[in-house]
Amino acid sequence: MTTSRAAAILLVKELRLEFRTRELLTTTVIFALVVVVLFSFAFEPTAAESRRYGPGLLWIAFLFAGSLMLNPSFAREQSNETLDALRMTPIAPFAILFGKMLANFVFLAVAEAILVPVFAVLYNVSFSAVAGRLILVLGLGTLGLVITGTVFSAISAHARMRELLLPLLLLPILTPLLIASVEATASLLADQPELDGTWVAFLAGFDIVFLTASWLMCDYLLEE
Amino acid sequence: MRRSATSFVAKQIALGEPRANSQPSERGPAVNPIGIVFESVEKRFGSLVALRNVSLEIRGGEFVALLGANGAGKTTLLRMAAQLMKPTTGNVALTGTGSKSEDARGFIGFVGHSTFLYDEMSAEENLHLFAQLYGLSDASARAAAALTACGLSSRAGSLVRTFSRGMRQRLAIARALLHEPRLLLLDEPAAGLDRQGLAWFGATLERLRAEGCTIVMSTHARNESLDLTTRAVSLAGGRIERDSSTEGNPTKMLAELRSAHGGEA
Repeated sequence: MTTSRAAAILLVKELRLEFRTRELLTTTVIFALVVVVLFSFAFEPTAAESRRYGPGLLWIAFLFAGSLMLNPSFAREQSNETLDALRMTPIAPFAILFGKMLANFVFLAVAEAILVPVFAVLYNVSFSAVAGRLILVLGLGTLGLVITGTVFSAISAHARMRELLLPLLLLPILTPLLIASVEATASLLADQPELDGTWVAFLAGFDIVFLTASWLMCDYLLEE
Repeated sequence: MRRSATSFVAKQIALGEPRANSQPSERGPAVNPIGIVFESVEKRFGSLVALRNVSLEIRGGEFVALLGANGAGKTTLLRMAAQLMKPTTGNVALTGTGSKSEDARGFIGFVGHSTFLYDEMSAEENLHLFAQLYGLSDASARAAAALTACGLSSRAGSLVRTFSRGMRQRLAIARALLHEPRLLLLDEPAAGLDRQGLAWFGATLERLRAEGCTIVMSTHARNESLDLTTRAVSLAGGRIERDSSTEGNPTKMLAELRSAHGGEA
């Protein structure tokens, strides 16, 4: 069986489990919304102010949402040792990791699709003129977040203090990605929106490097 | 790796059918047997040594009972055979697979202490998922046949979390047998099974043994399946204590080991 076919089967499984339990999406969306709403009271959200603080705030909300979402990604495979059941099937180990990455990407994308319009209303900004470019930046940034987050979720799943371990491992690695995502988003909120290709290239490079690294190391990542 | 659903359905032994229907096939072994070789295997978990210099060859087609007290190393040995765990030192190899390790996993069935099932999915969804991942043709028919065989077809759509311990165990066994493994590893498989479940399980093991499937079963409980074993190996403190195949009178030792360890239950 091809890796993509196996990953697609596992993606369907993840979506079925999530839409049945709504364990991850509900918590994540509510948490991210609370962050965005609370900050809207902290300063006067005029268009100029929002351009200064908005991109950073938006990506902090995504980061928190992602951290919350990624933690149980592998941890919930432990209750009945279902990860072992998946490892015993004749599929490539990377398919297990890739299926999780795809599912986490879908979940975080759903959260962002709810969050961005709320942000636009509360912070008095309009994304309509830059919608396509914003989707590109959000897509690349989110992809980087879920690739690294899923890998570290697999690493920390066996640890006793995994809730603490995941952010500790994840945040330093994600710092360059977050800087690039914030800068690219800020360039889209400027008076004369113009997407900086350097940051987009950086985001794409980050995604490719970490996806390749996870493919090379997945045998060790999923081992006991 | 794709096998037809029709042959599988025909071979299933439905729960509750008379034992006479489940006699070993007269056609003889239908599969190439898989063996396992443990070479000077040691496994450490931090300072704890679970296995110490274990060398053991299990030949294809054998039905081996792994006996021993709690903590003797039975589960560790089985998990290594299932390729879920690597030894700290030494080597574990499968013989007779003729393929790389990724494909070899498709020949192994494992029933462990956990059910390996998703509680928030139905019985049918669980089996369908694993049938797909094992690359079986007509996954839905295979899942339905497996559910009928283990007597859970009436609860096919129920979430696994609503099942009793015995029902979960039957489903766990059905999952492990879904792809007709040539090497079946069983870790305390009879736990939670009622009389009807035990009868189905015993009949299934009998069929698999007749078809040449290699079976390694760890147990310290007396059950009917122990009588089917062709070899007994007892572990103590991570070492092989006794092996019926290397002792002067294997038949006598096998009976002794079965009796001694069966008496713990």
